[in-house]
Amino acid sequence: MSDVTPPAPRPEEVGRAGRFLFWAGIGLLVLWVLVPIWFLFVNALSAPSEVTSFPKRLWPSFDMASLQFFWNFQGVTRALWNSVKVAVLTMILSIGMGAPAGYALSRFDFPGKEFFRVLVIMTRAFPLPLLALPLAVMFIRTGLDDTVLGLALVHAMLALPFAVLITYSLFSGIPVELEEAAWTLGCTRFQAFVKVVLPLALPGIAASAVFAFVISWNEVFAAAVLTIENRTLTAFLLQSLNVSPLPLKFAGGAALVLPALIFIFAVRKYLFAMWGIANR
Amino acid sequence: MPRALPYLLLLPASLFLLVFFFYPFGLVIVESLTRGGEWTTENFSRMTGHWKFSSAFWNTIWLTAIVVPVQLVMALVMASVVQKLKTGRSGLLYIFAIPLGISDLAAGLIWLAIFEQSGFLNSILHAMGVVDQPRLFLGYQSIWVIFLAVCLAEIWRATAIMMVIIVAGMGLIPKEYNEAAEVFGATRWQRFIKVTLPLLRPSLQTALILRILMAFEVFAVVVALGGTTLPVLMGETFQWQFQLQDRGVAAAYAMVILGLSVAFSLVVLRLLHVPKGARI
Repeated sequence: MSDVTPPAPRPEEVGRAGRFLFWAGIGLLVLWVLVPIWFLFVNALSAPSEVTSFPKRLWPSFDMASLQFFWNFQGVTRALWNSVKVAVLTMILSIGMGAPAGYALSRFDFPGKEFFRVLVIMTRAFPLPLLALPLAVMFIRTGLDDTVLGLALVHAMLALPFAVLITYSLFSGIPVELEEAAWTLGCTRFQAFVKVVLPLALPGIAASAVFAFVISWNEVFAAAVLTIENRTLTAFLLQSLNVSPLPLKFAGGAALVLPALIFIFAVRKYLFAMWGIANR
Repeated sequence: MPRALPYLLLLPASLFLLVFFFYPFGLVIVESLTRGGEWTTENFSRMTGHWKFSSAFWNTIWLTAIVVPVQLVMALVMASVVQKLKTGRSGLLYIFAIPLGISDLAAGLIWLAIFEQSGFLNSILHAMGVVDQPRLFLGYQSIWVIFLAVCLAEIWRATAIMMVIIVAGMGLIPKEYNEAAEVFGATRWQRFIKVTLPLLRPSLQTALILRILMAFEVFAVVVALGGTTLPVLMGETFQWQFQLQDRGVAAAYAMVILGLSVAFSLVVLRLLHVPKGARI
């Protein structure tokens, strides 16, 4: 009966089947990531009546009525503008404070260095958005409640640990010898930093600034707790969720997603360097 | 001056951490333990006495317990696939990393587009002839569907963050280890289990801690998909702070989330402990 057993598949057949599975898997994963985003944009780019109709088409009609409705809705433009202001402020605050700290960590050995580094890493073990609760009271006392600056301060706290760790690894990647050469040629420490280190570090710093922008742009909880009149887009969308019609929700969602997509694309080169090193 | 320089550079970031991290956390602890200016545990008993507390607590725990392991496996698969690729690597990485830039609120809205009554899931089921009428998925009669939708949205949104950390970590493992294992006849699976995974422990640590913390903070996804039908800890914190105007109980909730976060961070650190000498 031994001649009944099927012949073992030849190695190249196994290889071909394996390769097919491999690429099919990749295709599935890509679809898993992209199709939901596609659905959101189909909704955002269809007329409100199509958004609520059934069954849906899988292709948008490129009717701008939903987006127009969203744009003209009471408070939307203001919320968008607030989101931009808070995110820019967050970017400036977190890089402004984080980059000097990162530079100090990468260039000096001093007592307390390890303590500071561990401190910054430790902040990650805490749910930072919760900070908004006590700060709400503190801000009422200091007049920072419901202001763009107040919220930006909280978002800067979210972004600061990343800014410190990312700039730390960035500056560590620039050889000290370059700076030392500038000193021997008569540069002061500050001049050497501005003329030699900064140009080399600038793209990376810009990438981490974009990262800080995205952190602030996407943040929901603190924004919803700390703002009432000056709501950001996320806070606005969250608080009008149970009253707003579907087309508004989806157009708002698309407005949230689009800038994030562009920004992540802009920093894609740095994504892995930043996360990989900053997280060790 | 040179000796003071590093401290001067660290000063802004340190002061900021002091005012916006340590001080508010002190405040929230005090707030959770006081009521009307007196030390008491009433906030906690009010919290645990409320009928939503235990479901909020267990929903959060179950979400974490289901979502995080699935994401860990998916992130490992994605990272391994990307590692093996020779062409199109950066393009695939960008696509996999896209959800990294998408806020939890937007992710909730994206999955709302799929699960709502006139949404894409119903449309697809209708086109396949499974249902004739659109079904209501996200109603309070079927909380488990909301739970499932939240799980899917969370898996979709936050796998990218683990994947990026793991890809960066895999990049740091010297090729020689794997090659040596191959020479000794280890299969691909054996190499993955016995070489890659153990060497990946520091990255796994970071990825798991970050991800578990984010899972305990789940909020906007749940609100977007189920309103308050599916209570979670962060959502209840928001409710008590805003709708019920009771900051004491909100602070008590914050303490629960904080406690869970710290406890699980310690567990992960302990489980995936890497001795100092064994690091690459």
